[in-house]
Amino acid sequence: MNVVEASGLGKRYGRTWALRECTLEIPAGRVAALVGPNGAGKSTLLNLSVGLTAPSAGAVTVLGGRRAGSPAALDGIAFVAQDTPLYKNLTVSDMIYLTRALNRRFDQPYARTRLDELGIPLKRKAGKLSGGQQAQLALTLALARHPRLLVLDEPVAMLDPVARHDFMATVLAAAADDGVSVLLSSHVLTELERVADYLVLLSLGQVRLAGKVGDLLAAHGQASLEELALTYLRETTPEVTR
Amino acid sequence: MTALTRPARPNSAGDAALRPVPWRRMAGVSWRQHRIALAGAAVLLGALAVWLWIMGTPLHHAYAAAIACHPASSAACQGSIANFNQSVENHFMGSKGTGGVLLQVVPALIGAFVGAPVLARELETGTFRYAWTQGFGRWRWALAKLVALALVLAAATAAFGALVSWYYQPYLGTGNPALGLNENSPFGDLFSLREVTFPAWTVASFATAALAGMLIRRVVPAIVATLAAYAGLAFATAGLLREHYLTPLVTSSVSPPGTAWIISQWSTLDGRFAFAGNPPTSIFNQLGPCLAAGNGKPLAGGFPQQLAQCLAQHGYTQWTSYQPASRLWPFQWIEGGWLLALSALLIAATIWLVHRRAA
Repeated sequence: MNVVEASGLGKRYGRTWALRECTLEIPAGRVAALVGPNGAGKSTLLNLSVGLTAPSAGAVTVLGGRRAGSPAALDGIAFVAQDTPLYKNLTVSDMIYLTRALNRRFDQPYARTRLDELGIPLKRKAGKLSGGQQAQLALTLALARHPRLLVLDEPVAMLDPVARHDFMATVLAAAADDGVSVLLSSHVLTELERVADYLVLLSLGQVRLAGKVGDLLAAHGQASLEELALTYLRETTPEVTR
Repeated sequence: MTALTRPARPNSAGDAALRPVPWRRMAGVSWRQHRIALAGAAVLLGALAVWLWIMGTPLHHAYAAAIACHPASSAACQGSIANFNQSVENHFMGSKGTGGVLLQVVPALIGAFVGAPVLARELETGTFRYAWTQGFGRWRWALAKLVALALVLAAATAAFGALVSWYYQPYLGTGNPALGLNENSPFGDLFSLREVTFPAWTVASFATAALAGMLIRRVVPAIVATLAAYAGLAFATAGLLREHYLTPLVTSSVSPPGTAWIISQWSTLDGRFAFAGNPPTSIFNQLGPCLAAGNGKPLAGGFPQQLAQCLAQHGYTQWTSYQPASRLWPFQWIEGGWLLALSALLIAATIWLVHRRAA
């Protein structure tokens, strides 16, 4: 099964194509990294996959042929958007209540235990939590839904190194122990090195490279994912820098 | 740090028969997200209700005393009648009263402050990316939220409208001209503050605010736009539309009922149209002696009725088109009906925009 399948997918904002002719199959059971410079179309592809945006061209299906944004798709996908939007004036326990009410499945004991472990007080307002705690709260709420696919848009961009490490550890544990497929976007290449086993390289709104990390490294004779990405991005987009 | 292992995911075989998340769950969600706005509306309505109650109770007592008094011509009764009429004067009541005008903004404010954040806040803060990717589904989320909030607002404001009706009862009253109690038309500015129209205007304001929030995507500009649109609609309705709900009655009586809403007046001479409204100066001058003669003994209806009688003496027939007070409830339901239809349309448009919106 493919968790994301796109064919000829495109999204246009006004006259600019944020994503063009994207044809892609991301298999289940992977931690897939969507890599590319800012403005490459990463968020657009993720928003299309979770149904927040309607395609201008082509089609995208998720979880084995379900239309993106359909009830069956929403049921199986948990999305943590960029900057982890939460209701800032609601408490942590209100956020748990909301997420539980809005979904068919919600593992309340898991959410409580996890937040307790992280030292996030249930009565604190979400807006009063630190950036790392907000990200962990959003991730915990997403995982408590028992999704089959976890989609993360730039999850660690705003976090300090410790929070970044903790966040990724939680994601990897979910992937390893529970078989959750993960699709995450990032422009922090070093962070992806440890976690991703599938790579999709985007630049200027087009897919440049996609495949298992091991296969890609072997095929291109590169030692690390970071080198591979940088080399490839330099070739296609001269302006990209670390 | 150790990551907690989660229990195994439930069997996904049930996916084929995917049942949607129950609608009723949105009640608690809507309450948690909008309790501050709802509490604000409740405090505003509650404070106004207490005020109406405090002001209205002595007025009802004065009215009851005035109409129960026998014989009406006795000095004591005249005193209590004068007392009641004075109470009415002292209160803000009547279509020109400042309080009545102030109450007009209440439906607009409640609707705008509760309705605008529903979508605008989500779009402003980015939380729509959370709300619309949950299993509930986004058009269902919008429908459940808007309908639940509209129903709560309608119930609360209908109760408040009933209190307003109670408060104005002695004023609109049974009007008892024989006792010298004032008669007034129920179609004044108060018309939009009754049991049917108050909730209907509130819900219309709410629906306008929700749509404005979806289109403008910012809370404060959406509130401002709503208040502007509401003011335009309210003035147009009161000034142009309302009088046409039903064809007015026409009478040539010199004294149309005191509770009637006069739409227009015109006079004919020998079956031909003479003039509309008040007589032109040339005719006024002809009436001079007649009007002067009546000065010593004013009629119950005051100058307008005296003028009508003098016109009649000179062969003019004065026609009056009016809406009788008995049409209050048909008019209430007509106005409530089209406002609710408009609200339903606005809410449907909002949901459609949520459904197809491309972020």
